[in-house]
Amino acid sequence: MPQTELTTENQKLKVDLREVAQDVVRRAMAGGATAAECVVREGDEFSTLVRLGQVETLKEAGSRSIGVRVFHGQRSASTYSSDFSREALDRMLKSALELAKITSEDPFSGIPEASQLGALAGDLDLYSPDVYSLPGAERIDYARRAEKAALDYDPRIKNSEGGSFDAATGHKVLANSRGFVGEYRRSYCSVAAVPIAQSENGAMQRDYWFSVARNLGRLDSPEEVGKIAAQRTLRRLGGRKVKTAQVPIVLDPMVATSILGHIFEGINGDSVYRGASFLAGKLGQKIAGDQVTVIDDGTMVGGFGTSPFDGEGIPTRRTIVIEKGVLKSYLLNTYTAKKLGLQTTGNASRGLAGTPGIGPGNYFLQPGTKTSKELIAGIPQGLYVTEFLGHGANLVTGDYSRGASGLWISGGELAYPVEEITVAGNLKEMFFNISEIAGDLEFRGAMACPTIRIDGLIVGGE
Amino acid sequence: MDKNRFFFQHYGLTEHDLERYLAAALSAGGEYADLYFEYLSSTSLMVDESMVKSASQGISAGCGVRVVVGERTGYAYTDDLSTERILHAARTAALIASGPSKTPVVGFQEKPARSLYPVTLPSVDAEITAKVELVMRADASARAYDPRIKEVRASYSDELRNILVVGSDGTFAEDSQPLARMNVSCIAKTEGTSARGSSGGGGRVALDFFFGEKTPEYFAKEAARQSILQLDAREAPAGEMEVVLGPGWPGVLLHEAVGHGLEADFNRKQTSAFAGLIGKRVASEKCTVVDNGTMPWRRGSLNVDDEGQPTQNTVLIEKGILKGYLSDKLSSRLMGMADTGNGRRESYEHIPMPRMTNTYMLAGEDDPEDIIRSVKHGVYAVNFGGGQVDITSGKFVFSASEAYLIEDGHVTAPIKGATLIGNGPDVLTRVSMVGNDLKLDEGVGTCGKDGQAVPVGVGIPTLKVDRLTVGGTAKKDPGGFMQ
Repeated sequence: MPQTELTTENQKLKVDLREVAQDVVRRAMAGGATAAECVVREGDEFSTLVRLGQVETLKEAGSRSIGVRVFHGQRSASTYSSDFSREALDRMLKSALELAKITSEDPFSGIPEASQLGALAGDLDLYSPDVYSLPGAERIDYARRAEKAALDYDPRIKNSEGGSFDAATGHKVLANSRGFVGEYRRSYCSVAAVPIAQSENGAMQRDYWFSVARNLGRLDSPEEVGKIAAQRTLRRLGGRKVKTAQVPIVLDPMVATSILGHIFEGINGDSVYRGASFLAGKLGQKIAGDQVTVIDDGTMVGGFGTSPFDGEGIPTRRTIVIEKGVLKSYLLNTYTAKKLGLQTTGNASRGLAGTPGIGPGNYFLQPGTKTSKELIAGIPQGLYVTEFLGHGANLVTGDYSRGASGLWISGGELAYPVEEITVAGNLKEMFFNISEIAGDLEFRGAMACPTIRIDGLIVGGE
Repeated sequence: MDKNRFFFQHYGLTEHDLERYLAAALSAGGEYADLYFEYLSSTSLMVDESMVKSASQGISAGCGVRVVVGERTGYAYTDDLSTERILHAARTAALIASGPSKTPVVGFQEKPARSLYPVTLPSVDAEITAKVELVMRADASARAYDPRIKEVRASYSDELRNILVVGSDGTFAEDSQPLARMNVSCIAKTEGTSARGSSGGGGRVALDFFFGEKTPEYFAKEAARQSILQLDAREAPAGEMEVVLGPGWPGVLLHEAVGHGLEADFNRKQTSAFAGLIGKRVASEKCTVVDNGTMPWRRGSLNVDDEGQPTQNTVLIEKGILKGYLSDKLSSRLMGMADTGNGRRESYEHIPMPRMTNTYMLAGEDDPEDIIRSVKHGVYAVNFGGGQVDITSGKFVFSASEAYLIEDGHVTAPIKGATLIGNGPDVLTRVSMVGNDLKLDEGVGTCGKDGQAVPVGVGIPTLKVDRLTVGGTAKKDPGGFMQ
């Protein structure tokens, strides 16, 4: 291994990005815009992958970009650039102003009112420069240790797609013509292992595990990550198909989160105002079982979905989405809120270009009290799902059909691995049929869900 | 060296600069280094509720520097194309190696390359009003199709990617890659029922493609047709059965079932279910599968790959026997096999790896109607959403968005969308009939691997798979295992 130190400090000229963003907004207004909004993003990334003990890739870089959205009355358009030179920014502004002449007048378009704008006060603990504090060789060692722990765990772990360590920081600035200017930084680091196990007949299985945190101190040890990755991989060996059956299924937290994701897609304002979701128009109605309470909270200190303000400069907040099965609130940005005659929930997500979308804060299913083992213990014959394949969910109709693998439950215990099967049903019924919720809620991203049991699904196999 | 020399003209880059950057990249002794310059301009438009609600344009540019030593890769990039920043990136990537500096070969050599997409006016530079007309026409056409069509979203997007790849082995390749596409999605509603449909297409084409060959009305009617059809769809069956795949986009089967598993990196690392199977039977005799990056105007085509290598037409499976893998520079060198020109990357921020281009099965001899007639009870799937594969276990899925029951040799009722699941290394051994009607998709495919998205194409003739698991909800056999 090279005994060299890697530097990750962005060596670029230090420019005040707040000033750049405010200047672009000022110049847009001077150029004839009736409202304008500018976003600047800057980031650094480091990643390394170690495979079979050898460094396979080392990647390191920084980049930044700027985007502007301008309004001409009720017409709007957006442009972006990765070049911050005066000429490039002039060109970006000029094309935005021209483009805004060809879009349609939309009575609901516009940026938020001045009174709505603002940012959460106080330290939200989103940024820790320590994600870059390890010397280069130690970062590589994190990746190597995670992989080694997996390879050493059992002789059936014979190969690997590697161990990895990643770190990144991001800086975001938003300014608009109603006087808002805000910025925040976030950091992230993760360690992962992807081992491959082989059974006696040569069949291979792969799985993974990872730990992710906003600072290095909260990261699980690489050894712990490698061990869990090995366990998850080994339990898949010898997978078989099962006969087509209607049985209760238990979803582990990783896959259960995808079900929660479908609720998010169904209640986000964009799907709702277009009627592109079967949950549109269901405000105040029962859409899920009594035990289901879903919360979106963009304010949690240190959260992966936390920010002081959303993509339009609205302070983030805590929203009860579903309470005991009753749909209490959609998740909205300014545009979709106006379309529906409601108030924004501070869930605007802003990319570089286009109109703002809708994104989650820290979005989760309220946990229960049982352990996942207790959930499984109550099932004579059933399926414990550890992986879904494909994207077979239709939010318009609720139809749901996905590839799956996992473990068969027999007599309340995990009996043997199963694969090459499907799980199908309809989300409308599935939300009501979430019959048990475990207490093992853990955030590994902006969305999180404990282990859940769903009844009534069809498992497709032989 | 003449041609357009985009980066020489726009950034004042010279051959001397390139040699200097490569020398910096090899300053710690790497075996091979390359630079990938990219300048990407793009436009997108979206109409919703018959209004042009979103219009955007943008430019991103940068340079990625790669240094390779054995199986190791160092990578760094910059979005600032100044000499100082590129040198910094080169020295950062160089840290993967640890030895005395190496010298790149002197003098670049540009290989003759094809011209698969010779557009005179790239669509990004075309009049925006013409693009607005396209999305508005799509909206009007979808709404006019049937009064039950209640929601329509039509979008248009295009880009022009100028690239320059130079390598320490003397590689020098430039390309200017246009890409355009339209999409239409509809929601049909009746009392109590809603359904969706979508359609789209494009390629490495100029704007006139959408005014001549494939009009907005063509895509709009197709999206509307699908959503109306789905209003009456019944439950899909569940379990193993005969499946007939229609021609074209259902070729996503090949992409997931065999394509990814044949990418050289997975086989070099022995992590693919196809590792070690070259020369072995992996499909029925009726199956010949190729990956062809050289088809004019196609979404998955490239004159040169993202490592500067001309693309080619590679036979993957010939009459059922596995013939080869899809390779990039790194894997071809480490495996001692030919570089098939499949080294691709999403952008200058990404490390290239073996990827598909246009992957399809050659036409067979069966009449598509005979194929349907041969099925007693099964599913006829003609349109799909996407798919996914676990290349290690070989298990893959793809999700039908338009499918019908086949009963006693006849296509009958439409069924709801369902996921199909199978095992890559043996699904093609169960292909018993191959139609004479090969078709490629309309140009909508985007493939993701390790977080990198690249445009691809797929295609098949009508195919019959004797046994595949269909993930429906219909309880075929209530006497069986139910509780």
